[in-house]
Amino acid sequence: MNEQGKEKVYGNRERKRYTSVVLVVLFSFLALLIILPIWVMFVASFKPGSDLLQYGLNLDINISRMNFDNYILLFTGTHEYWKWFFNSICLTVITVFSTLIISSFVGYGFAVYDFKGKKALFVLVLLILSIPLEVVMLPLYKQMSAWKMMDSFTAIILPFVAHASTIFFFRQYLVSIPQSLLEAGRIDGATEYGIFYRLILPLMKPAFSAMAILNGMNAWNNYLWPLLVIRSSEKYPLTLGLNTLINPYGDNYSLLIVGSVFSVIPIFILFVAFQKYFIEGMMAGAVKG
Amino acid sequence: MKKLFYSKKIAPYVFICPFVITVLLFWLVPICNGVLLSFQDVLKEQWVGFDNYSRLLTDAIFLKALWNSFKYMAGTLLLLIPFPMLFASLLNSKLMRKADFFKSIYFIPALTSVVVAGTIFRLMYGEASTSLFNQILGLFGMSPIKWLKGAGTSFFALLLLACWRWTGVNILYFLAGLQSIPTELYEAASIDGASKWQQFVKISMPLVKPTTVYVLTISIYAGLSMFLESNMLFKGNNSPNNIGLTIVGYLYRQGVEKRALGYACAVGFILLIVVMAVNIIQLKITGTFKEERE
Repeated sequence: MNEQGKEKVYGNRERKRYTSVVLVVLFSFLALLIILPIWVMFVASFKPGSDLLQYGLNLDINISRMNFDNYILLFTGTHEYWKWFFNSICLTVITVFSTLIISSFVGYGFAVYDFKGKKALFVLVLLILSIPLEVVMLPLYKQMSAWKMMDSFTAIILPFVAHASTIFFFRQYLVSIPQSLLEAGRIDGATEYGIFYRLILPLMKPAFSAMAILNGMNAWNNYLWPLLVIRSSEKYPLTLGLNTLINPYGDNYSLLIVGSVFSVIPIFILFVAFQKYFIEGMMAGAVKG
Repeated sequence: MKKLFYSKKIAPYVFICPFVITVLLFWLVPICNGVLLSFQDVLKEQWVGFDNYSRLLTDAIFLKALWNSFKYMAGTLLLLIPFPMLFASLLNSKLMRKADFFKSIYFIPALTSVVVAGTIFRLMYGEASTSLFNQILGLFGMSPIKWLKGAGTSFFALLLLACWRWTGVNILYFLAGLQSIPTELYEAASIDGASKWQQFVKISMPLVKPTTVYVLTISIYAGLSMFLESNMLFKGNNSPNNIGLTIVGYLYRQGVEKRALGYACAVGFILLIVVMAVNIIQLKITGTFKEERE
């Protein structure tokens, strides 16, 4: 290779390394901006609540004014936080279980069978996907109160157990299952439900994980619908409870800030452990072919 | 009877049945009720025909809410589509190191609830000179401002919250789209002397279009039906001069706070019509309908 050629290759490699560094710096900066509010919240959980009200949230770290009082309040004070936390855990677990069982059952029906009215019903699934909840929220709320279901977990969970996007996801997941597998099951004498239970369910583990995460996260963070149907504070999920701490009467910011930190911790832990499924669940809608 | 239940003819209907029942009870019945309610004055228990709708069209506060929602939607579309697309293609570049690590970091805001995210941002937008955003202004020698009192600054505040929460998720959407483009295309283009920017415009942008259409569709929904973000930043549904009022905020105010259920249901249906109309126009412009027919 002549001198000029060598220089070109060398210059190219230099330029590549330079671009690489620029990219990493750019994205690290973006990462810092994204982490900033979380960090600010974490720092604030060691500051007195009255400071937050007075000075707002910032990056300042003043060790002399920081302590564990908020944490002590959270764990030993008299308040309903842990009640709300427990409610949210119950709601999330029940929602995930019921939604997954029912939606996988329905999704399987749409994926493997041909039956009269299938097309129209599937269009209905897609149609519901495209109606904002806010449109039906008020009439549904009126209906719940007419049915005396207000102020119960049932009212939060039941209307959404056959969850359209989850059904859609399971249907897409199962639609390529070979009919020969089902036939084999039938020849072995399994009933239609037995086939679903024994042959199909075990195949669906990855799909279940992604949807469990997606539905779980939505249930844990759900706010608007519970706000409408839940009345008594001992039945509040965490989101509603935290929001009641933001009132102008008295200083609840100590509990609010440390409570906020603890409300994101369970999801963070799950995220670190099951990252792949978080991303898969979130991407579920976009990958439809 | 038992035999029928287990037959292959009936089984599909048994599988579908939970869906049909819940849709009937919790979607179709409320929607029909909503239509009926929107033609009534619920407080006076009267049928009022199209009164609710015609009143809405001249209701200055509703029109403001409509405008606010549109502005917010337009803002999120302008910020949350081009930039994530660009970031995704940079992250996808072979020269990028540790892309997976950054992907996970960017996903973190999506894990937080609107209540927590909104509260943190509200306090960072605090009026004191010591709140984070005023400190940043201070760095540039500017005096502190009341972020959530002015129309312009509070609009910025809402958009920034949206960007914080969704930039990362949109980057992941576009990354998934980009990774389905065969690398040979880029190799061929680079042999032909196309610059990276030309490759982005001529290869990445057109081929990632299905993802773009999907992100557009969900962003239009989310933008037009935004409510909680504003509710959290303004500490409730009442913002100074209604600068933070959105369509759903108005629906909530009328239906829940003022108990004018009929009027609120009319707001709901206008929201539905607007969302559908904007999305149909969007799908027409992007040519998604035509492609599907082919």
